[in-house]
Amino acid sequence: MIYFDRVSKIYPNSIALQDISFTVKPGEFVSIVGHSGAGKTTLLKMILAEEAPTSGNVFFDSIDIHKVSQNQIPKFRRRIGSVFQDFRLLPNKTAYENIAFTMEAFGRSDEEIKSDVPHVLDLVGLDDKLGSFPFELSGGERQRIAIARSIINQPDLLIVDEPTGNLDPITSAEIIEIFKKINEIGTTIILTTHNKKIVDSLGHRVLTLERGQLIRDDKEGKYAL
Amino acid sequence: MGLVGFGRNGLVSVASVLAMTITLFVIGTVYLGGNFLNSALTEVKNKMDISVSFKTDALEADILALKKDLTLLPEVKQVSYSSREDELLAFRDRYKDNATIIQSLGEVDNPFGARLNIQAVEPVYFDKITRFITGRNSPASGGASLVDQISYKKDVVSKLSNLIDTSKKLGWAVALVLALLSIFAVFNTISLAIYTSREEISVMRLVGASNSYVKGPFMVEGMIAGVVASFLSLALLYPAVLWVRSVTANIYGGINLVAFYFGNFGQIFVILFVSGIVLGLLASYWATRRYAKI
Repeated sequence: MIYFDRVSKIYPNSIALQDISFTVKPGEFVSIVGHSGAGKTTLLKMILAEEAPTSGNVFFDSIDIHKVSQNQIPKFRRRIGSVFQDFRLLPNKTAYENIAFTMEAFGRSDEEIKSDVPHVLDLVGLDDKLGSFPFELSGGERQRIAIARSIINQPDLLIVDEPTGNLDPITSAEIIEIFKKINEIGTTIILTTHNKKIVDSLGHRVLTLERGQLIRDDKEGKYAL
Repeated sequence: MGLVGFGRNGLVSVASVLAMTITLFVIGTVYLGGNFLNSALTEVKNKMDISVSFKTDALEADILALKKDLTLLPEVKQVSYSSREDELLAFRDRYKDNATIIQSLGEVDNPFGARLNIQAVEPVYFDKITRFITGRNSPASGGASLVDQISYKKDVVSKLSNLIDTSKKLGWAVALVLALLSIFAVFNTISLAIYTSREEISVMRLVGASNSYVKGPFMVEGMIAGVVASFLSLALLYPAVLWVRSVTANIYGGINLVAFYFGNFGQIFVILFVSGIVLGLLASYWATRRYAKI
């Protein structure tokens, strides 16, 4: 599904990624670990076409996503759900509206929105928080809304960037359980973290980045930095 | 969403609508003014004529024969004859309040010769018509010398035409400058709207919303500003033409700018409406290209 072919990203004063190559198959759950500044977020931005590589190619289903026209980029992004450490919810919209907003951008009908949004909030355990604004919710609840928003349009791939960075250990574990369930129903997940416990608990493939280089690729890896 | 955004921006939207209203008002004024001046020019041209005054001893039959020949010229639109008696009557009427002049007229024979007033198809033919009359009047052509004086004001028309052309060019230049300023005003409004909505835009782009979905509301905002401005400027033009009419009633006589406004209302509306939309769209397109990375 995702293929990085000798990708490098070089800024004027630093090297974010250096000659990275790896493949992610459909349905995989891949953790990317590394210290801060290792290049994890840059790597995810390449998949979302928010950043372009200095050299190398990034393929999504055999299409080099950095060679398509600007008008075609939204088409790829619709197949990708994303969850971030800072949640990126719209503060002036309720939980319901934050998710409905995404569906409207997809051109879904009002009937579909009315039917699907409560259902997906129920999936993440927030069916009683439809009318709550983000400032009224805890960190864990906001992240659940962000997850609900990321999966509402049934993406092929879920990009998750440090989802538990602002959460306590118990809430972090609950969030990870949600991702496991999402992966079990077939969604490919690429998750970046520097949380050792999470990585070890997952028992899935682990890519290790250090100073922009891919130093380890373990099929059933553990956190080893 | 564009309408919501327009309302949400409050005073900033009002400022951009005001800027565009001024621009469209100037465009409307230049259009109305230009057409009005062209009408005035046509009126002036129609009133321009060659005045041929004849000697007091010229025979009426000879004058009427000349009139008939002049009427046959393709350059001549109309010829009117005023006899010696008609000229005397007209003079008495003009100076009826001046007892001294009227009294002195009674002491002499009619001092006026007959007159022909010749309207040309275009003032540019005045010279040709004058040469025709002069040629008929010369003893060498076998005709008796009938004509006392030939007069016309050709230069007035060309000077007036130049003045009108220059005024129109100046008007359009001012309108262009104002158009650029109003585009800039709307650009700022839309840029502010984009900045205010930057989180929403970021999420929209992240989830793969199409460019038109992201761009659309801002383009609509720009268009709304243009449409509102066009209606305001159209409404403002009415008191303006009323004011011009009252100020120029004595100068231009029967030419009615108000009648022109209502008579061409549809055309004026379309010009302002389309101009408003174009200005609004240009500004919002520029802003979305620059700030929304669309």
